[in-house]
Amino acid sequence: MKPILELEKVVVRFGGLVAVSAVDFHVGEGELVGLIGPNGAGKTTLFNVITGVYKPTEGGIRFDGQTVGGLSASDITSRGIARTFQNIRLFSSLSVLDNVVAAFNLHLKSGFLGALWRGKQFREQERAVHEEALQLLDVFGLKSAAHQPCRSLAYGDQRRLEIVRALATKPRLLLLDEPAAGMNPTEKVELMRLIRFTQERFGPAVLLVEHDMKVVMGICQRIAVLEYGRKIAEGTPGEIQQDRRVIAAYLGEEVVDA
Amino acid sequence: MGSRNSLLLCVLVFAVVSALFTGHPEAAWPLAQIDDYLLNILIMAGINVILAVSLNIVSGHTGQFSLGHAGFMAVGAYGSAAVTQIGGKPILNALSFLGGAAPICMFVLSLLAGGFLAAVAGLAVGLPSLRLKGDYLAIVTLGFGEIIRVVIQNTEAVGGARGLTGIPAFTTLGWTWGLAAFCIYCVSALIRSTYGRGFLAVRDDEIAAEAMGVNTTKYKVTAFVVGSFFAGLAGALYAHLIGYITPEGFSFLKSVDVVVMVILGGMGSTLGVTVAAILLTVLNELLRQAEQYRMVAFALLLIVLMIARPQGLLGGIDRWLQARRNRS
Repeated sequence: MKPILELEKVVVRFGGLVAVSAVDFHVGEGELVGLIGPNGAGKTTLFNVITGVYKPTEGGIRFDGQTVGGLSASDITSRGIARTFQNIRLFSSLSVLDNVVAAFNLHLKSGFLGALWRGKQFREQERAVHEEALQLLDVFGLKSAAHQPCRSLAYGDQRRLEIVRALATKPRLLLLDEPAAGMNPTEKVELMRLIRFTQERFGPAVLLVEHDMKVVMGICQRIAVLEYGRKIAEGTPGEIQQDRRVIAAYLGEEVVDA
Repeated sequence: MGSRNSLLLCVLVFAVVSALFTGHPEAAWPLAQIDDYLLNILIMAGINVILAVSLNIVSGHTGQFSLGHAGFMAVGAYGSAAVTQIGGKPILNALSFLGGAAPICMFVLSLLAGGFLAAVAGLAVGLPSLRLKGDYLAIVTLGFGEIIRVVIQNTEAVGGARGLTGIPAFTTLGWTWGLAAFCIYCVSALIRSTYGRGFLAVRDDEIAAEAMGVNTTKYKVTAFVVGSFFAGLAGALYAHLIGYITPEGFSFLKSVDVVVMVILGGMGSTLGVTVAAILLTVLNELLRQAEQYRMVAFALLLIVLMIARPQGLLGGIDRWLQARRNRS
């Protein structure tokens, strides 16, 4: 499988604190990879450095063969990496539909005078983008709520809308930051179905940070484990479940009496 | 209503209002007999509408709190006065081939000069300062506004602290309200385009906006430049209404006046801000009889309103109208 995202010895340092330490890691095209680890292991930091919120202190990040480490977040998104957030970050004053339409911006021509003159081309583009957004919402069962304010959606639907919004940027790699956080068991099953469906229908590679082991083990093809900023293990769900270092990281090591 | 129709409406407003109120006492139309005091209030209301609607695009829609609007207004006022007053004679001579239309053409030229100079100033201020957020941005824009004022105060070529006198009175009710309508049109059109969605995304959540590929710097600077351009236009109209401008007239207090209009009308509501600008201009005159208690009444009104309607007079009305449009 051709790797779409490659991390090479990535280090992120905040002053004296090393949040991510020499992580080598890759995601293949169309792959579904999980990233797990105890709290504070550096998972979200790794996400933030991939999406351009932080710059890597050392090391290289390549997306589709090109170096992206250190580019601005919007630049990185325009190259095809989209994400959702651990704590939902929708555009709260916009309607459900406008949240999605706003994420299409990147693929639209936006002439200043065109926007003022509102000629045929402009109106055509506006119509097309609203149509496309509605279709996308329809696929995810949110079309009936399109004109509601996004704040009025149920929690699970807001998470779903975040995924729809991220898909509107037409990503080739989708990063999901703890999508199951705060969900009840039914919603989690629904979420797993949703992630699989997203992949089948739109085909992006998915990198998933998640605490919920049922979700991670249930859908990921490959899992990487972080602890204290280091990658301590990588493998299939089966291998990870057996890995002694992973068990130690989560449960602590056995104390051997002298 | 189609957007192109609203552009036509702007032109119509301009034509009708200028036909009815030429501002010349000898005009044949009965409505033109309106007394000067009332006429001035109506024109001031129009200028304030331009100021408030243009600040609203920065503070209301894009969520960047600016306290320097009067500074850009000053750039526009002085820039346009430089064309008509300082450069008046040579420019008129150069335009003499236009015959009777020469003064009006010079006025148009001065309006454009005022607007574009203010836009350039907005770009120069916006690029470095829009990296800051919230209170920090407010303080920096306040600082820049004052810098602009102090620079003008110390530039002898434009009259320094004495100000600039003898600016020809070109501003009419038609020009003012025509341009106010144009300003409202531009802002409303921008809001319903990729720009508007960019502005609102930046206001709602800058980090999420970046993550969705919205270039936040581009949209913030665009909003700032557009806002400054119209503030400059308002300044140009003001200069050619009063005929006499001093740096003192564009102090921090003027910026605050505009901010009050925006907050009172409802951040992000073009309609609300327009109503508030008219209301405050008129109220300001009505309360003139109360003299020193005027500002007290003003402050009380604001406090009551902020408790009763923190979203502003008509905050949220645009969304309500939008929802109604979607239902139909």
